[in-house]
Amino acid sequence: MDYRTDRQRALGLGASGEGSQHWWSQRVSSIALVILTPLFLWIYVPLLGADHADVRQAFGHPFRAIAGILFIMVLFHHLRQGLQVVIEDYVHNRPVLTALTIGSTLFCWAFGVTGVFAIASMAFGR
Amino acid sequence: MVELALPKNSRVRNGKTWPVPEAEGPVRRFRIYRWDPDAGENPRLDTYHVDTGSCGPMILDALITIKDKIDPTLTFRRSCREGICGSCAMNIDGINTLACIYGLDEVKGDVRIYPLPHLPVVKDLVPDLTHFYAQHASVRPWLETRTNEPGTEWRQSVESRKKLDGLYECVMCACCSTSCPSYWWNSDRYLGPAALLHAYRWIIDSRDEATGDRLDDLEDPFRLYRCHTIMNCARTCPKHLNPAKAIAELKKMMVERTL
Repeated sequence: MDYRTDRQRALGLGASGEGSQHWWSQRVSSIALVILTPLFLWIYVPLLGADHADVRQAFGHPFRAIAGILFIMVLFHHLRQGLQVVIEDYVHNRPVLTALTIGSTLFCWAFGVTGVFAIASMAFGR
Repeated sequence: MVELALPKNSRVRNGKTWPVPEAEGPVRRFRIYRWDPDAGENPRLDTYHVDTGSCGPMILDALITIKDKIDPTLTFRRSCREGICGSCAMNIDGINTLACIYGLDEVKGDVRIYPLPHLPVVKDLVPDLTHFYAQHASVRPWLETRTNEPGTEWRQSVESRKKLDGLYECVMCACCSTSCPSYWWNSDRYLGPAALLHAYRWIIDSRDEATGDRLDDLEDPFRLYRCHTIMNCARTCPKHLNPAKAIAELKKMMVERTL
């Protein structure tokens, strides 16, 4: 038997004290992506089918390298936050929720860092 | 995980069809959700035929006619019959609304009536609103002040009072919250549009002195930020209020105090 009051149930563990930063950061990163995505496509699409040397030369230009790195960083930051929201919405089993949140975070970091490393390698001529 | 299908014991079956009455006017067919907790059976859809020539123009009039003349076991809440008490909130023709201010002529074909979605059902069209009311109470929907109480009254300018228009009219019928998918999935922690509208109503009240505390109470990924601006709340509100806008204003205030 659970004698908790309805009010106590509604209050739960109280407000966590965070949420606004996450929400605001997601909005700002989405606006950044509105600019960075076409920019990245403008850099990347002409390179489709090009050989390795041409791609390396293209990303050797500081503007292209910085735009590419910014795109990948913001994209995976935004993706991580978006995945977290989706997981929180639909997964109610606490251990599964925690595992998926950690897993998606690691996934985004791994792919984000790999992307940044790839562009940086080309930019620095490795 | 979120459940996308009804549990076996909640699947709605076809129920009893009541005979067509001798009619003075056109007869409308009603398909109404029935569930009795004491019967131990699945919910069912009963079919009733109502003579619209001998009943009032609203859905609630037809429900009262059914209860009076056809089937006294049909259970639903009603009180004011003019859209001010919020008791007769139910899902009519796929829309959460108040039966007393929803006209029979607004529904084409069969009138399908269900209880408000995604709440425990007490009986037939009566949902359990206990948690919904507790969430409303949790936002402390009353004036909170620190300053010594004035001799006469807390004064408010006409302009400040105007800010409460579109908020104070909420009758807590729960149509908005129970139309919100986020509330369906996470109502244990997400406050839902109705409670958040009331929270905003007191946060922007010029007389209230607990603004910061109230915002602190909403600073949570679930309590406030499960709102994904789906807008079902604004679309379904029978009082034509806009809880989604109130929630958006709350989010703006949350950011405003950090920038």
